[in-house]
Amino acid sequence: MSEKKKTRGLEHIWSKWGWVFISLMLLGIILFVFYPIAYSLYLSTFSTRGFLKTFVGFGNYIKLVQDTYFVLSLKNILTILVIQVPIMLFLALIFATLLNDPKIKFKGIYRTALFLPAVTSLVAYTVIFRVMFSNDGLVNHVLMFVGIIKEPIRWLLDPFWAKVTLIVALTWRWTGYNMMFYLAGLQNIPIEVYEAAEIDGASKTVQFFKITVPLLKPIILFTTITSTIGTLQLFDEPMNLAAGVVTGSSVGPGNSLLTPSVYIYNVCFKYSPNFGYASAISYVIVLIAAVLAFIQFKVVGERE
Amino acid sequence: MSRKLRYTFIYIFLTISAFISVFPFYWMIVGSTNKSVDVLKGKLSFGTEFVENFKNLWENYNLGKVLVNSAKISIFVVVFSIIVSSMAGYGFEIYSSKVRNKVYSAILLTMMIPFAALMVPLFRLMYFFNLIDSHWGVILPMIPSVFLVFFFRQNFKQYPKEIIMAARVDGANELRIFFSIVLPSMKSAYAAAAIYAFMTSWNAYLWPLVIIQSEQNKTIVLMISSIASGYTPDFGVVMMAVVIATLPMLVVFFALQKHFVQGVLGSVKQ
Repeated sequence: MSEKKKTRGLEHIWSKWGWVFISLMLLGIILFVFYPIAYSLYLSTFSTRGFLKTFVGFGNYIKLVQDTYFVLSLKNILTILVIQVPIMLFLALIFATLLNDPKIKFKGIYRTALFLPAVTSLVAYTVIFRVMFSNDGLVNHVLMFVGIIKEPIRWLLDPFWAKVTLIVALTWRWTGYNMMFYLAGLQNIPIEVYEAAEIDGASKTVQFFKITVPLLKPIILFTTITSTIGTLQLFDEPMNLAAGVVTGSSVGPGNSLLTPSVYIYNVCFKYSPNFGYASAISYVIVLIAAVLAFIQFKVVGERE
Repeated sequence: MSRKLRYTFIYIFLTISAFISVFPFYWMIVGSTNKSVDVLKGKLSFGTEFVENFKNLWENYNLGKVLVNSAKISIFVVVFSIIVSSMAGYGFEIYSSKVRNKVYSAILLTMMIPFAALMVPLFRLMYFFNLIDSHWGVILPMIPSVFLVFFFRQNFKQYPKEIIMAARVDGANELRIFFSIVLPSMKSAYAAAAIYAFMTSWNAYLWPLVIIQSEQNKTIVLMISSIASGYTPDFGVVMMAVVIATLPMLVVFFALQKHFVQGVLGSVKQ
């Protein structure tokens, strides 16, 4: 009895140490995340021009619906999201499955090569892609040499192709990164599971959909949500890929690469600053991210 | 399809993919040795402009200063970030309680908030602290990393609790247990976290773009962006800058690769 009591007393003291360990982090989060979140919610009910601040209630949010730039930025980002994320995650899953096959050789080399793009800075690789995809640049040369196209594609001067370039660039940069998570997850699945399936006569494709995908569900969910949030926040790539290529002020040809984050930046620091309006845009993005995450949870979680 | 044929296809697929992944690295290195016109034309062989491009970058764009700025920011972020977030991950895992788990969930949820949403209040905050156009203004908000807290908590899940108990019986206090027993035994996790923190801080763009205003405080990423977005950029110089910016990442990655893979594995295991 007294032994038990003693431990419980100690548990109590140890438990207090928990706060000591998380205190620094908590301080940082409160100051640099929680406070800004709360403040920008407050700010989103004002229209601000320099030092002038007028209360507008939901006015900013109503204005957003009619703001063609904002609507365009949403359309751009959702198009990229719907096309790029599934392609990338499927590719990553395939790479991981192949590199988890014990019969494949040179795994280390392939894994390193495929992961390498993930160590570059977003600005740096975007600049590289911008040069490679220029009108008389490398990509057009190669495609014409191989005979796939007859005339150079105006990659960064055409609204459609600019989006394609961005999707190619994003896929190049992030596939290997996601592959690492899948590889890590696959190593937790015992090889015997696959061997048993093999003996039962299940083909590789059946094994992929009946064993790999279901067992990796939590990690697939994790990568889907992080990729979705990452796409909603796109900033570095559109800013550096084709910004100002056509005219000084549009982000990509005809603003085809305008994203909400870039728009927020422009509203804050480029045009006459309206911080209240920028905050309202931010909140709409938060809301969209939350809704999408919720849907993904439902879709992936429910089948369990 | 025969077994052999299928594996041949797999190898071809993997090799092409690996080639596409690595090619831009080769190309930027080649680019750094060529003239701007040749870079734009997509010349694939090495040129003779290497020294010229480097000199240009060094003299006209103050490369030395810019690199020191980037290094300074990254070192401070890495050191503080992994201490603060590993302590928090440890705190949440080892001293788990109802209240703390709720706090943990609240912190995890903030990963959904786009940085752009925090930008304006953060900018005001930095103005209040008089940190606009200073490196500390860049460093401070980058220290608390929610992802790293999550990462460390996952890694501490596997840590044998008996060792902590034994240390307590021996009379060590909690901070000592963490710093001299637990921390040294988690090398892989720390190495992986250090790579992650280094990558995010060295490569950061939006926040430095907002905070840094003068030429002399610029980071290498800001420099690349501003050279490349000029009206007639010298792409040989741009490629040289990209190579120099990427080099430290590659060195760190290859030096710590083993730990990195182990660290990621640790964070995914349940």
